[in-house]
Amino acid sequence: MQKTENSKTRKVTIKAFRFNIETDYLPYTKEYEMEVGQDELVLDLMNRIKWEHDGSFSYRRSCRHGICGACAIKVNGKAVLACKQNAIELLDLFNNDITLEPQSKKRAVKDMIIDKGDFWEKHSAVKPYVVTDVEPHPEHETKQSIAEFNNFLDSDLCIQCGACHYSCPALEVNEAFFGPAAFVAAYRFTVDTRDSAGIERLELTSEMGQGVWDCVKCFECAEACPKEINPIEKITKLHNLQFEKKVARSNIATRHAEGFVRSIKKHGFLDEADIVVYSEGYLGMYKHMKTAIKMIKAGKIHWDDALPWVDNVPKSKNLSEIQKLIEISMTNKL
Amino acid sequence: MSQLKYALFTGCTAKQSTPELLSSTLAVADKLGIEITILEEASCCGASHLQDFDEFLAHVLNARNICYAEKLGLTMITICNTCQLNSAMTKHALDTNADLKARVNEKLKEVGLEYKGTSEIKHFLYCLVDEYGLDNIKSKVTTPLSNFNIAPFYGCHNIRPSELHHGSNNGENSYNPTSLDSLIEALEGHPVDYESKNKCCGFHVELQANHTSEVLAGNALVDAIDNNAEMVVTPCPLCHLKMDTYQDDVAKVMGRDINLPVLHMPQMVALALGATEKELGLNFHVSKATQVFAEA
Repeated sequence: MQKTENSKTRKVTIKAFRFNIETDYLPYTKEYEMEVGQDELVLDLMNRIKWEHDGSFSYRRSCRHGICGACAIKVNGKAVLACKQNAIELLDLFNNDITLEPQSKKRAVKDMIIDKGDFWEKHSAVKPYVVTDVEPHPEHETKQSIAEFNNFLDSDLCIQCGACHYSCPALEVNEAFFGPAAFVAAYRFTVDTRDSAGIERLELTSEMGQGVWDCVKCFECAEACPKEINPIEKITKLHNLQFEKKVARSNIATRHAEGFVRSIKKHGFLDEADIVVYSEGYLGMYKHMKTAIKMIKAGKIHWDDALPWVDNVPKSKNLSEIQKLIEISMTNKL
Repeated sequence: MSQLKYALFTGCTAKQSTPELLSSTLAVADKLGIEITILEEASCCGASHLQDFDEFLAHVLNARNICYAEKLGLTMITICNTCQLNSAMTKHALDTNADLKARVNEKLKEVGLEYKGTSEIKHFLYCLVDEYGLDNIKSKVTTPLSNFNIAPFYGCHNIRPSELHHGSNNGENSYNPTSLDSLIEALEGHPVDYESKNKCCGFHVELQANHTSEVLAGNALVDAIDNNAEMVVTPCPLCHLKMDTYQDDVAKVMGRDINLPVLHMPQMVALALGATEKELGLNFHVSKATQVFAEA
């Protein structure tokens, strides 16, 4: 790749994912040569592909101000808002080799345009609005302190662009999973003091399969969000709220989270065998027998590790400090 | 170069199911002349699961761990991505939220400790790459890894969220990480370029969402194999456990044969620096890896 003499622009070949669901059997990649300027955005590149190279190239665009979320795409797997992302920065990051892709290739309809139906379905399922009985003729406004407002302020910045949703690997495998954007919305309205559907949302988002317990903790959503909302931080808050509001039921996932306290109290460290037994229950242990035998053979664990009367776990020094801190700091219960 | 000294937070797995991680880390430190003090007082970091149950308690326990590194006046180093994440998240939360720091310190005072925020927290990978330096490592290589195509698997919690880690991982870009690739090159191995290198291994939902977990690990392993990898190397023992211990189950779900050694980052470095078979501890792997020592 060459830089032109004044290095104000850079001559590159941009690749783009092309697919038309009505005419193409398979997607393909097309290349477009262009001079890219220092201030050009990914949206400018898409416009130039359409205006200067191929009028059939299709993508969504609207506000050009990073507020409507329409132009969200991926470049080399990185979620971007095309109207916010500088093109040269991306070219630098990926050594001048970039491919414009739709947010989800399997949901592609035409080039960058995808069917976002699954996103909207999940988003609306968590009741992303304030549920409340409002007096038809209220005598005063609903008061909210600054602290109460700040609880959901950053979650309220969500523009529903889908960047986090289509970067979530859990969702790629598990179609029932709500995904980070829906969780952010669930959190935002659950902690709104005017709202009364919080428990319902917490119940919905605590269900196994669809709820927060299926989050794989990869932080892709935090990385993808163009509004810096940090969705996984809200997912953690939803987890905590389940316990605070007594919505959490005892199941493999809740016992797994709570079981850490049980181990740490006893050893300082996690008891790796105990956490599996405690989470699964003795009956559920049969699923792990094959793996356990392999681990015993390799010397990773010992045959007696899971016996309740045997304690092979190393102990932290000054364990009594840890026990005292758990006693005085723990706020939640299962 | 002045001698590097660190306080090592081992985490739980290095003390239990991955003893080879601890022995190879200490072997690397020994070969490179890095002084390590193990934080024997440290507790579990909560592994992102305690955080789901009681976030405040997790902050208190992680702050306590950091206190012991502060007492020594040393940078706290981690050998597990998830330990790195959770320790760094507590440090960030306390250093940017005076109210939370005061509430945590109120608890720590009861056991005679105070969190000050004076120790940095860094994963051992970045100590090697950014502080010890690749050229210096290269000059100590006695067993070049030129026989191997090595697939670097970065693990989520060292690279995301990048804003949290950028102070300690030299600005590694989560969408195009390079540190592990450069380390492999410095050891004269051949880094495998494959799409899944910065993806999730699925470890954290192994129990409650097993299918998701197996598919994520499987995608990465198959991608590595399809790009001619002869082994995977990772700085995270949880990625190691998922991809090594559950490899047979993963292979079944993927409908593919998968026989790939999954090395810990310090094992790979120790191998190139001429560590003993015992220090490497390849016998502790479930997916056969002992041949790597003979082939090197």
